[in-house]
Amino acid sequence: MTVSEPERRQAITRALAEHADAPGALLPILHAIQDALGYVPPESIDLIAARLNLSRADVHGVVSFYHDFHTEPRARHVLRLCRAEACQAMGGAALEAALRRRLNLDADDRDRARDLMLEPAYCFGACACAPAAMLDGELHARLDVARLNELLGELEAHS
Amino acid sequence: MSAVKVFVPADALALAVGAERVADAVRAEAARRGLDVQLIRNGSRGLYWLEPLVEVEVGDRRLAYGPVQARDVASLFDAGLLTGGAHPRALGPTEDIEYLRSQERLTFARVGVIDPLSVADFVAHDGFAGLKRALDLDPAAIVKEVTDSGLRGRGGAAFPTGIKWKTVADTEATQKYIVCNADEGDSGTFADRMLMEGDPLLLAEGMAIAGLAVGATRGYIYLRSEYPHAERALNAAIAAATAAGYLGDDILGSGRRFHLEVRRGAGAYICGEETSLLESLEGKRGQVRYKPPLPAHKGLFGLPTVINNVLSLGAVPLILDKGAQYYSEFGRGRSRGTQPFQLAGNIKRGGLVEKAFGLTLGELIFDFGGGTASDRPVRTAQVGGPLGAYLPLAHFDTPLDYEAFAARQAMLGHGGVVVFDDTVDMAAMARFAMEFCAHESCGKCTPCRIGAVRGRELIERIVAGENVARNLATLRELCDTMISASLCALGGMAPFPVLSALEHFPDDFLRASRDAA
Ligand SMILES: Cc1cc2nc3c(=O)[nH]c(=O)nc-3n(C[C@H](O)[C@H](O)[C@H](O)COP(=O)(O)O)c2cc1C
Ligand code: SF4
Ligand code: FES
Repeated sequence: MTVSEPERRQAITRALAEHADAPGALLPILHAIQDALGYVPPESIDLIAARLNLSRADVHGVVSFYHDFHTEPRARHVLRLCRAEACQAMGGAALEAALRRRLNLDADDRDRARDLMLEPAYCFGACACAPAAMLDGELHARLDVARLNELLGELEAHS
Repeated sequence: MSAVKVFVPADALALAVGAERVADAVRAEAARRGLDVQLIRNGSRGLYWLEPLVEVEVGDRRLAYGPVQARDVASLFDAGLLTGGAHPRALGPTEDIEYLRSQERLTFARVGVIDPLSVADFVAHDGFAGLKRALDLDPAAIVKEVTDSGLRGRGGAAFPTGIKWKTVADTEATQKYIVCNADEGDSGTFADRMLMEGDPLLLAEGMAIAGLAVGATRGYIYLRSEYPHAERALNAAIAAATAAGYLGDDILGSGRRFHLEVRRGAGAYICGEETSLLESLEGKRGQVRYKPPLPAHKGLFGLPTVINNVLSLGAVPLILDKGAQYYSEFGRGRSRGTQPFQLAGNIKRGGLVEKAFGLTLGELIFDFGGGTASDRPVRTAQVGGPLGAYLPLAHFDTPLDYEAFAARQAMLGHGGVVVFDDTVDMAAMARFAMEFCAHESCGKCTPCRIGAVRGRELIERIVAGENVARNLATLRELCDTMISASLCALGGMAPFPVLSALEHFPDDFLRASRDAA
């Protein structure tokens, strides 16, 4: 989802005002921006670097190191399917294959029509009720193809 | 008559299998029938195959029903839920459920029992008794108590906690820190999460005691971003404990200070490694530091820092309250106390089993876990997370104890056990171990950064039947190099799942070459 320039500017300013004086402020700042906008827009880098007295390369290096931070707008829906061992032990790979058959994913694992992106994840601490996935921030466990289809159906019904 | 207490967990995994809809249905059904119900959102008892687990307090007992879905709630009320009526989902008194009754819940004594955010409930269940005792002791006496308990780090490396604390206590500095490692990245583990959601005040208490012991006035909980429920629970608990005077500028009028803050990680497995975690807390890329200096000497912002796992810090309040000897009487050999084991993967009764060290892996998987969920034969279990070995059935007699596992080239790590049935392809699991290492490598040293990618390719070639003997030899050499030359245990231990799969399940790697022959 794209966000307007003034909205972006406001979110960045607010994140800096709230966190810049804390020790080790960079991750809290990046999280605050991403929580507000869904991603970390490129212009954040300059503003953060100036405020924290870091080089642009430093800030960029941090953003790119962590899997959580995204520098581009995300799809409206994000499905994060756990690929780690406990979920594999309960048929995670077959579940993923079924999902890929149902969705129309492009090379970036995006289904443009559904405005959904599929992402790998590595453990949600749901391993006693595997397999698990997170859809738009909400965790679901004991998944099977029927339950995943139900969840996707609910998305379609609401859009 | 006063309101009847009904408990529906707000634990993240209970919610993921429908607990919120159950809670809504309980509220609605009670309102519709004009019944006076006090709904308490507890943590999980850790009997996950029974979640959502609903409990009702009848007299001085708690009666359990599970697994309950929202559509069952009306019939539960029809059956007289509030007086413990009979129902197909009824399980009897919660404490009498065999899985729970045969545990030794020390650290998890309150999890699933109390309202996690109520200071009053926490105190009524012996909460803050350890902190109060610590306030009456010399710092050195607190450290001695922890040392004498035999507590070893529960995050994976099993280093004696008391020795770590003593090093920090003995290092002069104007500021010291307590850092809690709540990154819990290992697949198959969820005990930290359960504890932080189900008894967050316990962690705050443990960290405050650590602060008193070493002279640190500030603590950080570095929490993985996959745990938003734990983040909310911890923040609420810290605010409540501060308001009640257990944290802050003047702990219970003692003039001692301790401030606590939660910091969210950003989806990097390597940030569970302690020095990488410290870099991340400082706002940098999570790259591993060379040691020395130890974090105990130069840790967060270059200052002396205790860094401990959630479960290590969570064991401390009881050790202070009941004494070192009480805790150390549990366990076996040099593994003292209890470990919250986690049963996961293809397992009939997955969940949390807190037991003294010493029961065997097989007892845990079969007696507690009931074998596989798929009802097929168990083939293997991976113990200790993605860097832990795969154990064959022949090794299921290994006692759960640090040294016994080490003797079999395996490790207990954080106590996670992931069970697989006979459909598992061990070459695929070995390949995954290398792939995961490549994906999560911090990039600082070549054996790991390059080696993991190369290892994955080699396994793919072996599985495809290409130059099998030569590629196998190369893979073993590569594993040796990674083990001996990696800077940290990500690259240094990722070969263990691979080598254990090769040793115990060689056929899985040779299918293609045999088919061709
Ligand atoms: C790759 C890697 C990941 C780790 N992940 C964790 C983790 O998620 N949680 C944890 O407590 N320790 C983890 N550790 C172990 C820590 O480095 C450290 O030993 C631990 O936090 C010390 O606390 P303890 O003595 O209480 O166990 C990890 C180590 C490595 C090498
Ligand atoms: S072994 Fe891997 S994760 Fe550890 S320091 Fe080296 S590159 Fe980083
Ligand atoms: S392995 Fe998938 S949730 Fe833990």
